[in-house]
Amino acid sequence: MAFVVASALHAAAGAQDHAVPAFSKVDSMEARVQGCVTCHGQAGQGTNSGYFPRIAGKPATYLYNQLVAFRDGTRSYAPMNYLVAYLPDAYLREMAEHYAKLRPPFSARTPPTVDPATLARGQALVVTGDPAKTIPACASCHGKGLSGMEPGIPGLVGLRQTYIVGQLTSWRVGERNAVEPDCMKRIVMRMSDADITAVAAWLSSQEAPSDPTPESSNLVRMPFACGSQR
Amino acid sequence: MRKAFLFAIAAAFVAIVIAGLLYFFLRPGPMPRQVNATETNATTQVINQGEYLARAGDCVACHTVPNGKPFSGGRAMATPFGNLYVPNITPDDETGIGKWNADEFYRMMHTGISRDGSLLYPAMPFASYTKVTRADSDAIFAYLMSVPPVRHENRKHELRFPFNKRELLIGWRTLYFKEGEYVADPKQSAQWNRGAYLVEGLGHCSMCHTAINALGGSKESQEFEGGMIPNQNWYAPSLTSNREAGLGHWEIKDIADLLQVGVSQRATVYGPMAEVVYNSLQYLSDDDATAMAVYLKSLPQRDAEAPPTSQARLVDPAKMELGRKIYEKQCAVCHGAEGKGFPPALPPLAGNQSITMASPVNSIRMVLNGGYPPGTKKNPKPHGMPPFSHILNDDEVAAVVTYIRVAWENSGTPVLPNQANELRKLLPE
Repeated sequence: MAFVVASALHAAAGAQDHAVPAFSKVDSMEARVQGCVTCHGQAGQGTNSGYFPRIAGKPATYLYNQLVAFRDGTRSYAPMNYLVAYLPDAYLREMAEHYAKLRPPFSARTPPTVDPATLARGQALVVTGDPAKTIPACASCHGKGLSGMEPGIPGLVGLRQTYIVGQLTSWRVGERNAVEPDCMKRIVMRMSDADITAVAAWLSSQEAPSDPTPESSNLVRMPFACGSQR
Repeated sequence: MRKAFLFAIAAAFVAIVIAGLLYFFLRPGPMPRQVNATETNATTQVINQGEYLARAGDCVACHTVPNGKPFSGGRAMATPFGNLYVPNITPDDETGIGKWNADEFYRMMHTGISRDGSLLYPAMPFASYTKVTRADSDAIFAYLMSVPPVRHENRKHELRFPFNKRELLIGWRTLYFKEGEYVADPKQSAQWNRGAYLVEGLGHCSMCHTAINALGGSKESQEFEGGMIPNQNWYAPSLTSNREAGLGHWEIKDIADLLQVGVSQRATVYGPMAEVVYNSLQYLSDDDATAMAVYLKSLPQRDAEAPPTSQARLVDPAKMELGRKIYEKQCAVCHGAEGKGFPPALPPLAGNQSITMASPVNSIRMVLNGGYPPGTKKNPKPHGMPPFSHILNDDEVAAVVTYIRVAWENSGTPVLPNQANELRKLLPE
């Protein structure tokens, strides 16, 4: 019955039909995580809104850490804090693993809206960093293909400019934190507003990698110590 | 030679028998059973009992900040009169209740008077806890003494004048506080009395399910008749009206499930009640959950209350059609084309009193913000509803809530876009 309705809806819905509730079996993880789909899409691919991130394929431990932080209030975003407030660890872990396994197609990249110099600055920060300001390259932790690193570092491809700017800014003002030592905090404190804009513009204009699977943590030594990698 | 051999065998045999007998009679054997064996466990038993009762009273919910050390206090409690900061009730000598004794703790529970003689604000539900027996109060005290002490200074309340004058509480107490332990009703069963004791005492259900007036008091005559929860902006439905959450027509199992599991064949808990189930009611024994259900079902039901007039139920056909379209696209997959849902995973909307009751606040909030029921021991992986606040505008929210309130012979009344707009301005909580 649910399946029939779901398929009918799927056919009828418009451009955002991957953000409309649908599932094939009530007793399944797919049905249980319908609470996520209007913002993160049916397969975690994100939606049209620039503020809701793609969550599919990010490392399970990263997603789990975020869910726990939202539940416990150490990461602040009222709609998420409310939704997961009364969910136990084991279930949040299962939700995280559900989305970590998914590999939906990436949405079309957004053409950059900044000038070429800004874009070049963004690319430099992502690929090589800025030795003068001791800013390591994004790619040194978030992976060569920017698909993240197990267990706790998220991929950066498929995220929109508004989301990236929002997160880096809230890190700088202390609204978002990671487990100590908070490497991202150390980095973002060295970045100017212009740096943040540049990085977000370049990242959001990149083509998706052929394999978005997060890299293994054993491939590189971290330039800064990160609590979430322990 | 042969004789000597036989003699040796016989001697060995006798020696073995003697050794066996000696062993049988002289072996140390198990420790003799101690007469006071149960007494050595008494402390553990009392503490276990106290932990169970503290959960039934949901002490931890208010006395702990999110992600904080249990019972260390500091949580801000917004009231219409200003912020209260809940005190540290860990056994820390300086900042907690480490220097209290069981008599002082019982006086606080029973009369709302603190160790130093000051009057407690009624955000502490002593008007309910007064019904708790001395033995149960002592068990809770023993449990609280057993938790790790946390050094955490209490924060001063931020109440507006004149509410910051504790002396004025004498007036409040005269109006709204009746001291006294629960007295069993001999005409009712032991099960009913156990349920009444838990609901009226530790459960402090009436704190939310009885309307609070301008003085922050609940009238006994209106007990369990429902009301808006101050500063949380959820509506706590009446437990006595069959048009709200009155349970007169419910199966006992469904009531017990709603309390203990968080979901049932009839309805699901969200919002503040999800917190109560998560922190408190899921830990109840099956017997206690059933006892509460038996008592709640027996509350006097006001069936006679007139349903809204057909005039009040008139809906603009265009609005109804808009609501139907949205329902079919966004809602029907989970709640069914006929509103029957897939209970207990996905709640029914047809015939669901929480949808049709006079206040549409909870339904509107659910459409705007979605929600997950609590993950409980018996339902560790609940199904969730997504938010629609970013997808539906005020007209659409009003239309779809109107639709579920009147479709399938539901007896609710239409909802206006400005009602959706008011609730959209609030943070989800």
